[in-house]
Order: sequence, then structure tokens, then C-alpha cells
Amino acid sequence: MIEIDGVHKRFGRKEVLRGVDLTVRRGEILALLGPNGAGKTTIVNILTTLVRPDAGTARIDGLDVVRDAREVQRRIAVTGQSSAVDGALTAEENLRMLARLSGLRGARVRTRTAELLERFDLTANARERVSGFSGGMRRRLDLALSLVVDSPVVFLDEPTTGLDTRSRQELWAIIGELAGRGTTVLLTTQYLEEADRLADRVLVLDGGRIVADGAPAALKAKVGGDVVTLLDDDEQIVREIPTDGSLAGLRRALDTLDDAHADGRVALRAPSLDDVFLALTTTPAPAQENR
Amino acid sequence: MSTTATTSASPAPALRARPGRLVPARVFIGRGLLHTIRNGEALLMAILLPTLLMLVFTYVFGGAMDPSGNYVDYVVPGIILTCAGFGASYTAVAVNVDMTTGIIDRFRTMPIPGTAVLVGHIVASVIKNLVATSIVIGVGLAIGFRPTASPLEWLAAFGMIALWITAITSIFAAIGLAAGSPDGASGYGFILLFLPYLSSGFVPIATMPEWLQPVARHQPITPLIESIRGFLMGAPDTGSTWVALAWCAAIIVVAMVWGGWLFRRKAGRR
Repeated sequence: MIEIDGVHKRFGRKEVLRGVDLTVRRGEILALLGPNGAGKTTIVNILTTLVRPDAGTARIDGLDVVRDAREVQRRIAVTGQSSAVDGALTAEENLRMLARLSGLRGARVRTRTAELLERFDLTANARERVSGFSGGMRRRLDLALSLVVDSPVVFLDEPTTGLDTRSRQELWAIIGELAGRGTTVLLTTQYLEEADRLADRVLVLDGGRIVADGAPAALKAKVGGDVVTLLDDDEQIVREIPTDGSLAGLRRALDTLDDAHADGRVALRAPSLDDVFLALTTTPAPAQENR
Repeated sequence: MSTTATTSASPAPALRARPGRLVPARVFIGRGLLHTIRNGEALLMAILLPTLLMLVFTYVFGGAMDPSGNYVDYVVPGIILTCAGFGASYTAVAVNVDMTTGIIDRFRTMPIPGTAVLVGHIVASVIKNLVATSIVIGVGLAIGFRPTASPLEWLAAFGMIALWITAITSIFAAIGLAAGSPDGASGYGFILLFLPYLSSGFVPIATMPEWLQPVARHQPITPLIESIRGFLMGAPDTGSTWVALAWCAAIIVVAMVWGGWLFRRKAGRR
């Protein structure tokens, strides 16, 4: 459904994408995982017709995003990083505007608007101006605006960045629902947990290249299990030791700590994106301490 | 491309229909008008400014300018254009906000012309400022403005005013595209708001210092004022009208070329 072949892109002197190939099958949820500046948004912008690739091709449903941009635009829905909602209008007015711009007419505009307000839990605030909305509400509205039409391909660029835990959970539920309908979804995220929770497949992007491609479980296996963190009296991190998630691994990790640290506090935390990169961008290394 | 459908079993999702040719412009004009109504300060300014200017110029300065008491007849076109300039300047901010908040990117990923957003702001501004113009004329009539225009001349006067509003709004829209932030957008256009004071709008050019007279004479507002004043007072000034039409046309062309270039640069495919 989505197909990228050898795409390069540079902005001025900065080479943002250095030969990206990727394929997303119909109905698949793909997560692009990477730190700020890895090129995630540029990939989304190329696929959503906002940015032209310098080299290579990108196709959606077999249509070239440069040559057949208008036809591509009929098939996609996009939720970008900045909430693209109109703060001066109410939620309802925002939805009606998008519905009319998407070719809906008359009664269909009203019914679709009501449906989406309901589905995104915005009915009670439908007549309030969006400028007074919380971050979570804005993001829900943003997503609702993108889904005015049941587009076969949906792009979500860091859909939960800046949201609190509860809003994030709500949004995850909604995205999960999309997947259930057979929509093809490409989402970008900086959170391993998010990719794990939502995606069928994860691509790790670093420095404009794809450095890993696989199911979330496979990726996590590469990273290992939780990380043992040793803290001193001032709660400063003294050492971090990745484990493979097994009891034996945890014991080995603890064994590397000598008695000099016997009074230190020990905590376990889930692997972070940093750990993923450490595991993926360095040559295969045994569990090593620190960074 | 992989053709094997994997998990998909749900009903086929719909495609986005391209809206009718005029729908985007209509939707964006409606949006612009809603913005106008929602922006309380701008709306208050659009009503208060003409009223206050009218009262100040007639009652405070009027006696000194023209002791016979007919200054109001002279000053109405100047006040109309001053207010139109203020009203139009909001377009720069509105356009800039659209360009910098990300909403333009949403529209650009849809099968609609991106420039319809600009058309919406410009047309909404013209409608808003024609309402402000009507207020100026209404207040003027209440305090002794006695135009002697025929219906056709009224129409011509309004036509000239509408044309000027379109021209100056287009320039403000382009300024909104050029500015890096909404604050910048409202700053850059400031100089344009002084043009009416340097014209024959408030005092005859002959009363200005000699070095200033050529400036006042050769800027767009002066022929425009003379043209509108001529129509309102039932004595059309054909020469000024042609010059004013040429100015408006030139300004609109410049705004479209400059604005189009900026729009392609900032909201085109990079």
C-alpha cells in the first residue's frame, strides 16, 4: 500500500534521508521509531505530498506521490505534529469545514460531524472554541478531522508527543480501533512502548537510514530486557546494566556490582529508546554497562 | 508493491471526494467571516475606529479646517480609506497564523487548491471592510454629511472603495506570507496605514509644505480620494478615477505575483 524506493532528501547542506526503502502492506500498522532529527517527519511529508524527494520514488496504492499527487491526496489522512486545528472555531465548525472540503454535502456533513464528535468523546464540547481545549482534546479533534473520510491510508506523526498518560491511552485505543478496520497506518514515534503497543512492524530510523526492521517482539529481543540502574545517595545514576530479561541475566547483572556499592539503591527500568539505539547502532555487543 | 492483503477484512474505506470547484473558496470565505466575528477586538475596532475618527475630525479638527462647517463632506472619503487600511491589516496576521500553525499543511495534503485559503481571507476582509465603510457613511450622515451622488455615482464610489480594499488586503495577505511571525506580520504593514494622512484625504495638498506635495500627489490614496469624493459629491473626477484604477490594478498584480511567489516558496512542495 505504501512503497518507498531509494529516497534521498537534503535540506540545504543537511542530508536528511540517505536512501530509504520501505514497504507497508495493506492493513498493516507500521511504526517509524527514531530520535528527533532522524528523518521520520520528512518521510511522512514526502508520502503526504508536502515535500518532494530529491531522488527515488514513493508510491501510495501504486500512485506516485509527485506525479499523481491529487489522486494520492484522495487516499490519505494526515495528523501532523503540530495540532492542525482552527482555534477560533468550535470543534463542530472545524469538523464541518473539513467535511465540506472533503466533498461531503448537506445532511452528510451534519451526520458525519455528529458521528465523529461522538466517537472522539467531544460531543459535550462540540460548541466550544478549540482555543480553550486541553492538549488531549485538541489531539483528539485533530485525529477526528483527519478521519472525516475513511481513508485507506492514515499517517500519524508523533500522535501522542506532549500528551499526559491518560490522553495517550485514549489515543492508543482510537488508533487500535483504526487497525481493526483494516486501515493501513504509518505512525512515527519516539517511544518504544508506543511502537510496541500499536505496531505490527517497527522500522528504526537513525541519521536518515533505516537501521532495523522487524516485529516489536524481535526488536525488543535484540535490545534485551529491563535495565538495572544503580543510584547513589543523591539519586544520581552510578551505573546502568542492561539485562536479557531472564532471572539468570538479572543475577549476572547484579554480580557485576561489587561491595563498594552495597549501600546504593537499585532500580529496574524498561529499556529506553537510547538502549534500543545502543543495541542497534553499535556492533553486536554482549550486555555492557553504561553508555 | 506487495499485493497480498494481509489482515484486511473490513469494508473498503472511502476515498476523499474532490469538492466542487467553488466549494473550497466558499468554505474559506465562511471561515474568514467567522474569524472576524470571533475576534472581538478586531470587530470592536472595525466599528469604533470609524465612529471615533468621524467624530474627532468633524467636531475637534473640523472647525479649524473649514469654519463654514462643511468639513465633514470633505473628510468622509479619507476616513473610509483610513479605516479600510486598519481593517485590512488584520489579514496579514490571519494569513501568517495559518502559515505558521500547521493548519496550512492539513489543507495542502487535501485535493484542494491551497490558495483558496488566501482567497477566503481576502474576500472576508473585503466584506468586513465594506460594512465598516457603511458605518462611516452612516455616522457621517447623522452628523451632517450631505452627499449629492446619484444612485449610479453611489455605486461607482462603492466600487472604487471595494477595489481599494481588495488591493490593500492583497498586499497585507502577501505581508502575512512574508513575515516570520504574527507579530512581525502586524508590524510590517504599519507604514501603509499612514498613507491616508499623506494624501488629500484630510487637508488639501496645496496646504502642505512644498517638499511634501509631490509625495502626497503621487501616491495611490490621493487620486482614489479625489475619485471617491467626486462621485459622492456628484461631480465625478474622470482623470483621478483612471489614475486610481491604474494604481489598484498595479497593486493587485504586484500582490498576486509577490504573494504567489511567497506561497510557492513557503507552502509549495519543498
